Amino acid sequence: MTEIDTVDKAATDPDRPQPYAELGLKDDEYARIREILGRRPTEAELAMYSVMWSEHCSYKSSKVHWRHWKENTTPEMQAKLLAGIGENAGVVDIGDGWAVTFKVESHNHPSYVEPYQGAATGVGGIVRDILAMGARPLAVMDPLRFGAADHPDTKRVLPGVVAGIGGYGNCLGLPNIGGEVVFDPSYQGNPLVNAMCIGAMRVEDLQLAKASGVGNKVILFGARTGLDGIGGVSVLASESFSDDEDVASRKKLPSVQVGDPFTEKVLIECCMELFAQRLVVGIQDLGGAGLSCATSELASAGEGGMHIELDKVPLRAKGMTPAEVLSSESQERMCAIVRPEDVDAFMRVCQKWDVLATVIGEVTDTGRLVITWHGETVVDVPPRTVAHEGPEYHRPIARPADQDELQADDPAKLPRPSTPEELRETLLRLISSPNLASKEWVTSQYDRYVRGNTVLAQPSDSGMIRIDEETGRGVAASTDCNGRYVKLDPYVGTQLALAEAYRNVATTGATPLAVTNCLNFGSPEDPGVMWQFEQAVKGLAEGCRELGIPVTGGNVSFYNQTGSTAILPTPVVGVLGVIDDVRRRIPTGIGAEPGETLILLGETSDEFGGSEWAHVVHGHLGGRPPQVDLAREKLLAEILVAGSRDGMLSAAHDLSEGGLAQALVEAALIGQTGARIILDEDQDPFVQLFSESAGRVLVAVPRTEELRFTEMCTARGLPWRRIGVVDPESNALEIQDVATFPLDELRQAWEGTLPALFD
Amino acid sequence: MARVVVDVIPKPEILDPQGQAIVKALPRLGFTGVRDVRQGKHFELEVDDEVDDATLEKIAEGFLSNPVIEDYVVRRVES
Amino acid sequence: MKIGVITFPGTLDDVDAARAARAVEAEAVPLWHADDDLRGVDAVVVPGGFSYGDYLRAGAIARFAPIMQSVVDAARRGMPVLGICNGFQILCEAGLLPGVMLRNVGLHFVCKDQWLRVENTETAWTTRFEPGAEILIPIKNIDGRYTASAETVRELEAEGRVVFRYVEGNPNGSINDIAGICSPDGRVVGLMPHPEHAIDALTGPSDDGLGVFYSVLDATRSLVTA
Repeated sequence: MTEIDTVDKAATDPDRPQPYAELGLKDDEYARIREILGRRPTEAELAMYSVMWSEHCSYKSSKVHWRHWKENTTPEMQAKLLAGIGENAGVVDIGDGWAVTFKVESHNHPSYVEPYQGAATGVGGIVRDILAMGARPLAVMDPLRFGAADHPDTKRVLPGVVAGIGGYGNCLGLPNIGGEVVFDPSYQGNPLVNAMCIGAMRVEDLQLAKASGVGNKVILFGARTGLDGIGGVSVLASESFSDDEDVASRKKLPSVQVGDPFTEKVLIECCMELFAQRLVVGIQDLGGAGLSCATSELASAGEGGMHIELDKVPLRAKGMTPAEVLSSESQERMCAIVRPEDVDAFMRVCQKWDVLATVIGEVTDTGRLVITWHGETVVDVPPRTVAHEGPEYHRPIARPADQDELQADDPAKLPRPSTPEELRETLLRLISSPNLASKEWVTSQYDRYVRGNTVLAQPSDSGMIRIDEETGRGVAASTDCNGRYVKLDPYVGTQLALAEAYRNVATTGATPLAVTNCLNFGSPEDPGVMWQFEQAVKGLAEGCRELGIPVTGGNVSFYNQTGSTAILPTPVVGVLGVIDDVRRRIPTGIGAEPGETLILLGETSDEFGGSEWAHVVHGHLGGRPPQVDLAREKLLAEILVAGSRDGMLSAAHDLSEGGLAQALVEAALIGQTGARIILDEDQDPFVQLFSESAGRVLVAVPRTEELRFTEMCTARGLPWRRIGVVDPESNALEIQDVATFPLDELRQAWEGTLPALFD
Repeated sequence: MARVVVDVIPKPEILDPQGQAIVKALPRLGFTGVRDVRQGKHFELEVDDEVDDATLEKIAEGFLSNPVIEDYVVRRVES
Repeated sequence: MKIGVITFPGTLDDVDAARAARAVEAEAVPLWHADDDLRGVDAVVVPGGFSYGDYLRAGAIARFAPIMQSVVDAARRGMPVLGICNGFQILCEAGLLPGVMLRNVGLHFVCKDQWLRVENTETAWTTRFEPGAEILIPIKNIDGRYTASAETVRELEAEGRVVFRYVEGNPNGSINDIAGICSPDGRVVGLMPHPEHAIDALTGPSDDGLGVFYSVLDATRSLVTA
């Protein structure tokens, strides 16, 4: 047997050397733990503090920047939130008694090590976050970023990640309704696998993660606890004078977890039944840091203490130590607080679903989290010091020395296509480039239909699901980020990500309501990265204030870098919108109505900094990103929603990477309908077709509505231009004085790229 | 020509949902006493004589299995 | 008219099958895998999903569920049974339909809108279609490649028991482009595509799937009067 380190033992050998540095704790952090406890921590306590005070769990480098969210959330914005930052996921009131919760999380590093399982467990984790709010998970979306599309390692990582997301999400029965697939060499060796989940509940069913009510039971339910993801604390095992060979071999353990979507599906249905029968007082999912996190957060958020009998935890592996049980990241587990009189009913529901459930402790009034192991105390700590009062760093911040040089490297000097033939070739080259090409190869591996409420899914500008089958009330969501824009100007680039996600939601006819984020950056120890981070957070917070929609929560992922080279700063912004009746959604494809006029809303300037054209044709990244005008974005959104409400729009598509040319090609191919376009004689055709100016949307307006719609735009001061007509007869996209593209040719170019790379 | 068998099985400490599903189903079907099931993959390779053991190891480790989560065994059954 | 919809652990499209039943104004009756009671239903849908995770073989564990014994008995007496996707796999494992589904030729999960031709309009689930009608129905599976012995396939073709066939491209490599088949008496139908996801153009590619559910209303009515 392994010798177990207890609180009593800690008192007898106070000066025993402890491997805190190997566990990632700094000298001063270890000293603070000793100060809090008034003695050395036990091994189990050290495991708990080290994992909970890690960057991943404590947000110690980013926390000080959160004041930007607070300072920029007005009472009106706050009023829409039922739960905000600090809960498992933000919750928004969408009307009619419905509450919607949504969140994005990163699973970047695990997805590089083991793409299938890394991506799969990323989906599983975010779904449990949503479940822990009391909501039924309804849909997922996956913003993904990979290295260069033709790099050999991308061929290993991408198919595995996509199969993992599909393998887990499809088996879970959640429709996948959107996301992103972006390629850039900076993500080689550090792909970004972010996962978003949306869930809904009746407002009165909101669950919060806290342990209240002295005497209430703590029940662990779901999968057994094994050695998953305890690589970090294996250093403790070797210190334990162990003669157990199971324990001695722990050092070799991979830090990869294997997901079981079937168990998670059953867990979801089991939770739904527990919630419906009101058998749960508080609930928390087990994710990163496992029981360490769940017990300390539940206790810390409640009003008292908690006593856990750790030896009651059902195990999957032999010889696990208390530190290992506390740190295990085994998937598909939840922890509930249940009134004693409800325990039997709780167990019956679990039995029906064949879900293992065990009472492992109870809520106390001691104000301390006490964990025992076969009767001996191995943890005795004030829970707040573990969960909520971790270290906070003011990391040095410095604008990178080469930022000026980067911004001065203006793409205006790059040679541009000018003849019709050159423009034609540029268009075909761009639409077939990996970032702009159809993502069908990826999204056809995801089930978008299951549960029968998917109204819009990829390649629509945003995903949309029906929440209420009676009224048709639903939500739309989009995630966006262009890391190149953020690199050129983190403040403006992040506002551009916000603006695009916001615009995407409005483009489908929904009213943007709330924001979440997943901030993927390099090392916080690099002052240049921290400058990017601070600028991004400020840009997002102030942008949200201007748009009047609150940030409900988010996730920070640091240390995304290969060697000392950081990824492009990638603050992924997710926007959620509400639509009172999904039947008035605006589709992306043109040609739904006979006789449509194509109108371009917004203004086009000569803006190519960070553009797809500069990237694909010249491998160039420099200059300034497009300008952002959030007041204009707000007006544009209002016009789109009004247009949808009054039936004035038969299709709409946002303009972003690749500009007007890309939007036209996609709208025509998705609608399987041709169009004739007449460019403005007073502006360079190249700029009109490929500039990436923000605040623009292409709309198709039935001819009968044209006057009413354009008069509304004029009256409200939104610039618009009639750029052509839909032509159902031609089966071609004709851009006058440039070229005529048969739809078949466009389809081949747009759809051929990913299958050629990954099949 | 030689026949080579490669068996790939999840490492003991790695969760094996497939095996778990089977072991839970067995009692329902009336089979008792089966304590654990682990589900793996079985490959049969026909290889030329000049393919040496080191190469087979490489195939098994780098391609047929993912050493992060799986163990493998290579056996020559006929030569 | 009551249509039973079975839920196994891991069933996913049960809510959709129930919605489709309600769309044709039938009563959708939930059936639980661990019960053997068919609760007085007139027809049964075995819906899609990943029953028990589908970890051994798709449908291999579900066929032994108590409810399936009752379904097999009822089917032998002529009750209309529809197996969709995983439900089709379960019906094959249970011996109500011949053949088996293999991994798709592309080895990927495939979710797409697929054109089908209705080849047999005399089964309990297809009388509302015109012979040769082409319908647009989603498919979504990874193990959807129908296969059977050459003799069985010859028999199915000769007896007109291929009910649905893929047109405009075979999405998974199914033999003879087979998308769905029926029992000799035409009461039991299994198909890989999802008619329950094509009942409303708002949430599916078409409402062509409604025909399947309207047909079974007729089939059970005629059973009562016969």
